[in-house]
Amino acid sequence: RAKRALGEEFWVELEEALILSDLGLDLSVDLVESVRNKVYKEGVTATDAALEMLREEMIERLDHSNRDLNLGDAPPSVVLFVGVNGVGKTTSIGKLAALLSSEGKKVVVAAGDTFRAAAAEQLEMWAQRSDVQVVKGASGADPASVVFDAISHGAAVGADFVLADTAGRLQNRQNLMDELKKIRRVAEKASGTVTEVLLVLDATTGQNGLLQAQGFAEAASVTGVILTKLDGTAKGGVAFAIEDKLHIPIKFVGLGEGILDLVPFDPKAFVYEITGEVSQ
Amino acid sequence: MFESLGGRLEDALSKIRGKARLSEADVELALREIRNALLEADVNLLVVRAITDRIREAAVGAMASRSLTPGQQVVKAVNDELINVLGGETFRITYESKPPTVILMAGLQGSGKTTTSAKLARYFKAQGRSPMLVGADLQRPAAVEQLKTLASQIQVPMFSEWTSPIEVAKAGVAEARRIGRDVVIIDTAGRLTVDAELMDEIAAISREVRPKYTFLVIDAMMGQDSVNTAKAFNDVLELDAIVLSKLDGDARGGAALSVKEVVGKPIAFASDGEKLDNFGPFHPDRMASRILGM
Ligand SMILES: Nc1nc2c(ncn2[C@@H]2O[C@H](COP(=O)(O)OP(=O)(O)OP(=O)(O)O)[C@@H](O)[C@H]2O)c(=O)[nH]1
Ligand SMILES: Nc1nc2c(ncn2[C@@H]2O[C@H](COP(=O)(O)OP(=O)(O)OP(=O)(O)O)[C@@H](O)[C@H]2O)c(=O)[nH]1
Ligand SMILES: [K+]
Ligand SMILES: [Mg+2]
Ligand SMILES: [Mg+2]
Repeated sequence: RAKRALGEEFWVELEEALILSDLGLDLSVDLVESVRNKVYKEGVTATDAALEMLREEMIERLDHSNRDLNLGDAPPSVVLFVGVNGVGKTTSIGKLAALLSSEGKKVVVAAGDTFRAAAAEQLEMWAQRSDVQVVKGASGADPASVVFDAISHGAAVGADFVLADTAGRLQNRQNLMDELKKIRRVAEKASGTVTEVLLVLDATTGQNGLLQAQGFAEAASVTGVILTKLDGTAKGGVAFAIEDKLHIPIKFVGLGEGILDLVPFDPKAFVYEITGEVSQ
Repeated sequence: MFESLGGRLEDALSKIRGKARLSEADVELALREIRNALLEADVNLLVVRAITDRIREAAVGAMASRSLTPGQQVVKAVNDELINVLGGETFRITYESKPPTVILMAGLQGSGKTTTSAKLARYFKAQGRSPMLVGADLQRPAAVEQLKTLASQIQVPMFSEWTSPIEVAKAGVAEARRIGRDVVIIDTAGRLTVDAELMDEIAAISREVRPKYTFLVIDAMMGQDSVNTAKAFNDVLELDAIVLSKLDGDARGGAALSVKEVVGKPIAFASDGEKLDNFGPFHPDRMASRILGM
């Protein structure tokens, strides 16, 4: 195939591919500008080389983070799952419980969403699939106490991990964010270590994802992102923006509704998906 | 985080305000700001292009009229264009002369279909109808349980069985007919547009029950992919209307504009909360201001 010349058209197409992947306007413009400068300095004239330079720059920007699950000194390691409504918190717990169990870890899950209809039943069904214990409270019970009880139970049975579900909430609802603060505070008091607060982010989310990350980081000190629903046509570029601007690492991605569909984040694959549609 | 379009246009145009007439270049500068504002609001890039082309025509006139506040005038032109796109024919439900009136719900995973189904049932009940809910999502763990709980909160009967989504939908409509319910709302599993098997399945449900209305539920926080999603669902289902969910958030909601532009079907209802009464008819003017950040 004939190589295209590096003209204005190429840069426009590049910027558009980034925007269409939900990286956001600022970041898209910034990335293209940066690569354009490099291309100019290094005298690159082929579009495929320029595209490769963009990918390198993007991968480099993603390369500084530790993406492993943090472990606590005093077990169990407690992982809180937080995020707006319907993003995939409960499902991701089900998948992570299976992943950790398959590595021989003992896992307890906490049904900390006592609000949404059938949230506990949904988590229970997931827990059954990977044969892990679930601790739940009554519908409408105080979520912080459910999480506390689950951690205490986890400590008593020698669990390595307690994965705690929380109800979906929008970051602009102050009372719900205060409730989340409380869940975290109470979880800290139980006999384990809160090692992770994972923000679950739907890959179809637009620029509101940045506000979600800011809001949840402020309320609960988010330590990482799980980017779900990447098996669809959405590219999840706002997660790139979150990592770039707020330095919150993407730790896992969701690639389906099955129990095995949670995998560690791979920066290279992510960047290639985002830039994949640019013709060279 | 996002400066309002009004403020930004004033800034962009203040440099040229003294001029007796604004040039084409001035208009392009303003259009650049409009493009950026729409993109920041998550309006799809291709939709932004179509819309700015139309605004260009309107703006040329507005800017030639020696106004002291050309920015505000252009904002008005933009606002009018958005209301025009978002509005159009308003959506009115009519009921089958031979009940039940069947409504099929569709959408991506987690968009709000189940909650919206219950909200619709509550809405119909308030209109004096006797709705019934059908749980045809046999896929998501506890989806039927969720719908059953919501149905009991609003005291509306709910039907489901462990057969197949198509069978449930069919049997649900038959059951409604049998017990004399006049509106049937069928909740379905979330599905991705790339999932050919599940897209075929919902098309088959649609062929089987011949819904009077098919609603696509779209999350107001959605980004650029809104266009792919709406197009793909419209291709297999011939949508009648869109329902926007999660408008109680602080997303600018450009997805609403994108979806409306590409499928041309009305946005019938909007949800602004998890509670079943956080639901009502959609207001195009409010949405236009919201997208523009005003
Ligand atoms: N295709 C796909 N679907 C997913 C993925 N993760 C979750 N889902 C689906 O998304 C929907 C919502 O998932 P949940 O786990 O219930 O989301 P949640 O964040 O717990 O929702 P709330 O508790 O209501 O706030 C379900 O239908 C899941 O099956 C994914 O990676 N890919
Ligand atoms: N804040 C807010 N939350 C909403 C709204 N509509 C739905 N939700 C919440 O969004 C989450 C997902 O809603 P569901 O109705 O379960 O979505 P769904 O499309 O049926 O999900 P699947 O069946 O898994 O595909 C739940 O936590 C709902 O309570 C809304 O307008 N505002
Ligand atoms: K994808
Ligand atoms: Mg949940
Ligand atoms: Mg549902």
